[in-house]
Amino acid sequence: MKTLLIKNGLVIDPANNIEEKLDVLITDGKIEKVTKNISDKETKIIDAEGLVVMPGFIDMHVHFREPGFEYKETIESGSRAAVKGGYTTVCCMPNTLPPIDNQAMVEFINLKSKQVGLIDVLPIGTITKERKGEELAPIGELFKAGAVAISDDGSCVANSEIIRRALEYCKMFGIPVIEHCEDTNLSTDGLMNEGYYSTLLGLKGIPKAAEEVIVARDIIIAGEVGGKLHIAHVSTEGSVELLTWAKKKGINVTAEVTPHHFTLDESMLINYNTNYKMNPPLRTKKDIKALKDALKNDVIDVIATDHAPHAELDKDVEFSAAAFGIIGLETAFPLIITELVSTGILSLSSAISKITINPAKILNLKKGTLAIGADADITIADINKEIEITEDFFGSRSSNSPFIGKKMKGSIEMVIKNGKIIYDKGVLK
Amino acid sequence: MAFKHLIGLQDISKEDIETILDLAKSFKDVILRPIKKVPSLKGKTVVNMFFEPSTRTRTSFELAAKRLSADAVNLAIATSSVVKGETLLDTVKTIEAMQIDIVIIRHSVSGVPLYLSKRIKSSVINAGDGLHEHPTQGLLDIFTIHEKKGKIAGLKVAIVGDIMHSRVARSNIWGLTKLGAKVRVVGPSTLIPRDIEKLGVEVFTDVEKGIKDVDVINILRIQLERQKKNLFPTIREYAMLFGINTEKLKLAKPDCLVLHPGPMNRGIEISPNVADGSQSVIEEQVTNGVAVRMAVLYLIGGGKKDEDTSD
Repeated sequence: MKTLLIKNGLVIDPANNIEEKLDVLITDGKIEKVTKNISDKETKIIDAEGLVVMPGFIDMHVHFREPGFEYKETIESGSRAAVKGGYTTVCCMPNTLPPIDNQAMVEFINLKSKQVGLIDVLPIGTITKERKGEELAPIGELFKAGAVAISDDGSCVANSEIIRRALEYCKMFGIPVIEHCEDTNLSTDGLMNEGYYSTLLGLKGIPKAAEEVIVARDIIIAGEVGGKLHIAHVSTEGSVELLTWAKKKGINVTAEVTPHHFTLDESMLINYNTNYKMNPPLRTKKDIKALKDALKNDVIDVIATDHAPHAELDKDVEFSAAAFGIIGLETAFPLIITELVSTGILSLSSAISKITINPAKILNLKKGTLAIGADADITIADINKEIEITEDFFGSRSSNSPFIGKKMKGSIEMVIKNGKIIYDKGVLK
Repeated sequence: MAFKHLIGLQDISKEDIETILDLAKSFKDVILRPIKKVPSLKGKTVVNMFFEPSTRTRTSFELAAKRLSADAVNLAIATSSVVKGETLLDTVKTIEAMQIDIVIIRHSVSGVPLYLSKRIKSSVINAGDGLHEHPTQGLLDIFTIHEKKGKIAGLKVAIVGDIMHSRVARSNIWGLTKLGAKVRVVGPSTLIPRDIEKLGVEVFTDVEKGIKDVDVINILRIQLERQKKNLFPTIREYAMLFGINTEKLKLAKPDCLVLHPGPMNRGIEISPNVADGSQSVIEEQVTNGVAVRMAVLYLIGGGKKDEDTSD
């Protein structure tokens, strides 16, 4: 029996309402006991005095670029980035080349994930064949092969009938349909939020309506046909209001926000720095306030990174040619601590629920918890320790982050996957 | 005063603008002489990099550089490296490696001059970037107004047309408001960009109200392809609602100046008799453009004032 004992840490396990200084005993890769004063002399002991012990984080929205864009990221480099960020489970979006729209592709991701062997990289299949928005992908086949959700992320499903059928069809499998909400008739050629700053900079704007009309459309459809709708990367106050309405009506919809959307606003584009270029675009301070409120009152269930690695050659170009998106796995936890917990917007427990049990529930994963018998995926962090984000820190193959040079609170000290220490004070094992 | 780059009128002070205008005045004297050349920038190399078609701005910069005795090279880049797949930065760095002092750049993407100014050693002058700024056009418009009116402060200036897609409008707004003019933008509501009033301008969608009692009307070129994007229904309707003709011009002050950055769509945004009428200063704008660009090149190229007057 291989055992590991984590002593004296503040255990935060929102799934079981635990927020207490407890010891955690791990046996054979599973949680054996979470109580006070466990003593076991046979065991390797980790002293977590002054640290927080949490379920390993889950990111339900990453882009690992493999296959097709391995120069930006691979499943291996993405996994390293995830571990450094405290994540033990991530779901990778299917906008690869070729896209994850068939059984073989789902199996490829699973195989690669196992070969790398660091964390669980779970595939998300496409909603439509080749992500073209025209015909449903073989969703049952994707599900059977191990897809945990479906999404055409990067593109919106423009045809209302198709999103309706996807929601209806997925009821058989219980997996969520993740929508990238963007009416491209409204957003064509858009580069940033439409408003004062797009006027100032002379960059074509993306109106908030481009997101909100699809959020509205999808929740209305979900209200009628059921299914599990999940709204990716919510960015506007209007979307929050629509989600509030939908949840009040009892419509089965969940939503995520990225750390950059609750941290950064459109004014940061003032020097045309392409590391602030993302889709949906950075919005206004007022939207940030609404997003934070929505996190607080659980209108937004999940914090997901939308980790979008791009190489220098994709980003160090004229603004319109630059790719959308930033990496986010390594900076998510410090941003959550700095922007949400230290400021009192979320309790530590509530913040952790949005990167553990909440995404686990949406995706039907038996993860995100320290319940007895659960996989021993554990992240240990020092929430008071200040770190400086540097390029060297990234495990990702790309370093397209606007946070380089910034100081934040919240340092991942150790990551345990299936009872094995895979990361210890900055070193990947 | 010396500055390294000219990216936009947003970034430079009122005093800098006044220095440029003063200097442009003496250069205008130079170009009206039989021998239109001074040795200020002898030995300096200026490259015109135009990634967008342009005749007047490119020629104006080329003449300005040559009249300062700089060596000027023109590159029409749309037809060379870019089609071969080279990045913008590589193209510019390749040219810069030939020991260039000043790069004048025109590009269809907003932000390109600023982007390059941070990555190359040469000075960068923005000759128009996307929808962002066209600072030398703004300066020459202001110079022309100042020359005719003797002042800028207190003047009512209406900029009429497609404000949304106009870098000329943005540079005019920055420059004119810094010098104390009261600026109005006038155009169809679909071509007024969001929150433009935060730049300190008044917005009018009724042209008759917008140009009432103004001292200056700056008429923007309407890009005919905007109609295809449903920004206005027909060219005919645009001309009817916003085209400046003699009748509408009567609403402005009797001595109101008419400017147009060119090239004009006669009969659409401006009627021929307004374009060629006594209040039009459109041709003078072109002459002044050379003088203003000489002043900018001179200041950025580090010429010395004393040498210039003694050709």
